[in-house]
Amino acid sequence: MSRAVFTRFHLRERIRDRDAAVYGILLIAALLFPIIDIYATGGTADVSQATRAGYFVLLAIGLNVVVGFAGLLDLGYAAFFAIGAYTYALLASPQLASSPAHHAVHINFWILIFVSMFAAGAAGAILGFPTLRLRGDYLAIVTLGFGEIVPQLFYNFDQWTGGINAVGIIDQPHLPFWIQGPWSGDGPFQIVSNFNFNGDPLAFYVLIVILTGIAVVLVSNLYRSRLGRAWMAIREDEVAAAAMGINTVTTKLLAFGIGASFSGFAGAFYAADVSLVSPDNFLFIVSITVLVMVVLGGMGNISGVIIGALVLYFLVFYLIPGLPENAKNLANSVGLGSLNSKSGDWPGLAEEIGRLNFIIYGAILVGMMLLRPQGILPSRVREQELKHAAVQEEEAVVELTHAS
Amino acid sequence: MSEQAADNILELTNLTKRFGPNGAGKTTLFNNVTGLFQPTSGRVVFDGRDITGSKPHQVARWGIARTFQNIRLFDYMSCLDNVRVGRHVRMKAKVWDSLFKLPRERREEERVSEEAMELLRFVGIGKQANQYARNLPYGQQRRLEIARALATDPKLLLLDEPAAGFTPQEKVELMQLVKKILGRGITVFLIEHDMKVVMGISERIVVLDHGEKIAEGSPDEVRKDVRVIEAYLGKSA
Repeated sequence: MSRAVFTRFHLRERIRDRDAAVYGILLIAALLFPIIDIYATGGTADVSQATRAGYFVLLAIGLNVVVGFAGLLDLGYAAFFAIGAYTYALLASPQLASSPAHHAVHINFWILIFVSMFAAGAAGAILGFPTLRLRGDYLAIVTLGFGEIVPQLFYNFDQWTGGINAVGIIDQPHLPFWIQGPWSGDGPFQIVSNFNFNGDPLAFYVLIVILTGIAVVLVSNLYRSRLGRAWMAIREDEVAAAAMGINTVTTKLLAFGIGASFSGFAGAFYAADVSLVSPDNFLFIVSITVLVMVVLGGMGNISGVIIGALVLYFLVFYLIPGLPENAKNLANSVGLGSLNSKSGDWPGLAEEIGRLNFIIYGAILVGMMLLRPQGILPSRVREQELKHAAVQEEEAVVELTHAS
Repeated sequence: MSEQAADNILELTNLTKRFGPNGAGKTTLFNNVTGLFQPTSGRVVFDGRDITGSKPHQVARWGIARTFQNIRLFDYMSCLDNVRVGRHVRMKAKVWDSLFKLPRERREEERVSEEAMELLRFVGIGKQANQYARNLPYGQQRRLEIARALATDPKLLLLDEPAAGFTPQEKVELMQLVKKILGRGITVFLIEHDMKVVMGISERIVVLDHGEKIAEGSPDEVRKDVRVIEAYLGKSA
């Protein structure tokens, strides 16, 4: 008996150790990646890709607060991303000069990042206020609608947002100082003052790694706090949570607002990095991709969600788009080059694989969910839930067979 | 419906406040008091304050805590976390405090964890602190629910059939626990069918039948009340 208690106490420690190990590995990988990559490929294209993966990590961390912690299914998360991105894009570009305001606004990146967070968080609270009385599926449908409406608004208010023409020439972040050295191809080690990012991929990469690190710390703090427990209590049993003195409405609003503000944060960063914001960047597929990242990584577990975001990003934006070309080269190198040429109905291997992209993507997702339904790195909760469900099913089967 | 059952016994100990004239049934009365449902008529007065129609979380703040007839724990949270959720309403940490783990938030968390551990020990499940609530055996789940309710620092504790499904031995242990709770100066208001349990520890008993109060008084008075006997044993003639 005492032994059992002993091991149980240590289970918790082990879980925490696992998280620490994952964070450690991620941090080291994040530090080594650009060094090795630039050395190996001589270019910074992959570093830019990694920066983009960084937004999705931020988005996934934010959505995890809503879906994983508080148990509210949000299918329109990209809307907040859009609000954050447009807030930055409009207030830090020449765009407003050609709008009815007739005056371009250029506010500092570091101020705007907070403005964007606030704008997205406020939008989350505004959406949440009338809808959080709804539960489960109904809430999901309303958020889905919201996610569809917001890009349409940016599309149709073209006087202000430029509509389909998008907002371009967006300001770059500045820093009072920055360290440059041989790694960035700028000669010897030096500290430069008044550094302009100016599309420097390495600078954006460093910035997103730091910001993601901060986000992880903040969300972990929330998770282990009064508010984090209140979220989980609502997820588990709303009636009991209310009876314990938790104001379910404000607590859920906070989940929505905080989740949305992460999205706004990522949005501002995105706008600064790509320097071009169009309504097409925030369609339903973005919401779904982020949701898949959260579910696949391990709902409710921050380190799992990060891994999920990285894996899925790699899959969606790197592996699958590169597949046709790779297949073509592979066919050439193993002597099946004839497959690459068109003949009759056969469009050539690369083209054929390109057409099968979504089938391959879907098959990989289904396969991953079959192999690890609890996610790549699940929280203890999900693991237990699935185990219990499996046990109950087994028991039901046993009962049935006994009955018959 | 449960309140149609003839064995509706409502028990009050130390309870000095009166509830609205028409308590509906046992659990319905609880739900009305704790703000889960609005009473169709009557008022809920607690500590001199009219709390009719208050939201459940407000009721908890005023100092009324409850357990549920069909246990409603936070299944996939540890026992310790369950009790710490109960402490929620007495905690002061705001979002910013938690976000940046300010020293005062840290201190509060430590204090609350200790208090929660103490409560778990008080109800006798201290060893299970790190287990999931749903992995506890039935009897311990009932105890955990009581600990969670106690964590809200209630003046009045509503127990909805806490001994349901208990063996006689477990019932005795539960009643000991209730006595310990009374010893802390907390008023306990419990719904129970089992006359033995009820008579043993109550100071005042209210008997409901079909939603109406048919008797009220000390255990001895209630025991002798004709209407109670009728309700319990059926009309003889």
